[in-house]
Amino acid sequence: MKIIVQIGLVLGVCLLGEGIALLLPIPFPGSVIAMVLLFLLLLSGLLRPHHIREKSNFLLQNMAFFFIPAGVGIMEHAQALLPFLLPLLLICLITTILTFAASGLTVRLVIYLQEKHSQSKKEEV
Amino acid sequence: MDAITSSPLFGIVLCIFTFELGVWLNKKLKTPICNPLLVAIALIIAILQVFKIPLENFMAGGDIISLFLAPATAVLALSIYSQLEILKKHFLPILLGCLAGAVVSMTSAAGLCIAFGLDKSLTAAMIPKSVTTPIAMEISRQHGGLVAVTVAAVIFTGILGAILSPLLIKIFRISHPVAQGVAIGASSHAVGTTKAVELGEIQGAMSGISIGVSGIITVLLSLFLPA
Repeated sequence: MKIIVQIGLVLGVCLLGEGIALLLPIPFPGSVIAMVLLFLLLLSGLLRPHHIREKSNFLLQNMAFFFIPAGVGIMEHAQALLPFLLPLLLICLITTILTFAASGLTVRLVIYLQEKHSQSKKEEV
Repeated sequence: MDAITSSPLFGIVLCIFTFELGVWLNKKLKTPICNPLLVAIALIIAILQVFKIPLENFMAGGDIISLFLAPATAVLALSIYSQLEILKKHFLPILLGCLAGAVVSMTSAAGLCIAFGLDKSLTAAMIPKSVTTPIAMEISRQHGGLVAVTVAAVIFTGILGAILSPLLIKIFRISHPVAQGVAIGASSHAVGTTKAVELGEIQGAMSGISIGVSGIITVLLSLFLPA
């Protein structure tokens, strides 16, 4: 599909997401609503992957690029942040290790339980 | 000088070339510390400081780039959709793994912020730090956090994940490729996912799915935080 139409489709879904976010009684990011909408459109077959392929690949492959201005924005708060730099870095390090362990070990445990469950079922048969 | 730098094109051109320089350096040096995003941010801050260019001038273009964060998040739907089969097969472990990761990440960040005596705007900024930037930014903003701190913490977390994940896999003995992928995606989002892709196809796919799933779970959990 023509790239301009692809851009229009993706941005249109995002606009719809923003609109739904305004209507919701709870704060919820419009971009996440747009992601769910897009996923549902793909699942339902109303939208095919090739309808948005090039535009999506462009955004996904350059994802990090779009975060640059937000990161540069830290300048404004540099003075205020300096005294907290060490605790903030430490918090990042500790939480990353804990999160990694929690998610990884949970998946390991659930897969183990599932396999054990299906094995005991087989034995019953 | 001010006439040129106050054009929105100034910020856009600066972002593109510093980022491409970062990509080039990353390929040359092959070290995860040399992250293109980190290089671009550091270079731009240095340039603005040295030439005494006001941040507002840069942000005239920067805001236009930030506009694309929402569509960049939305199209994660396509990467999840293209891995639908793996998602179906391991749905429960992925979901529970991301849930455990989100709960531990948010509570440990909040607990540590309180332990270090950080104020409310910093704590709110740190709580969503393990999920992908656009989602973390939005949660932080909605709860009165300093968005720039969130972005810095998210990026630093991602780089930590990319560097540490091979070591953490050994320490915690996570041998299943699905578990490895989910652990990387849930703890260090898209930047960590670059490492997961290097480890293997399943790890990469699982890590990609976990970015979206962890993001949604974290948004839902953050609804219970005081605004």
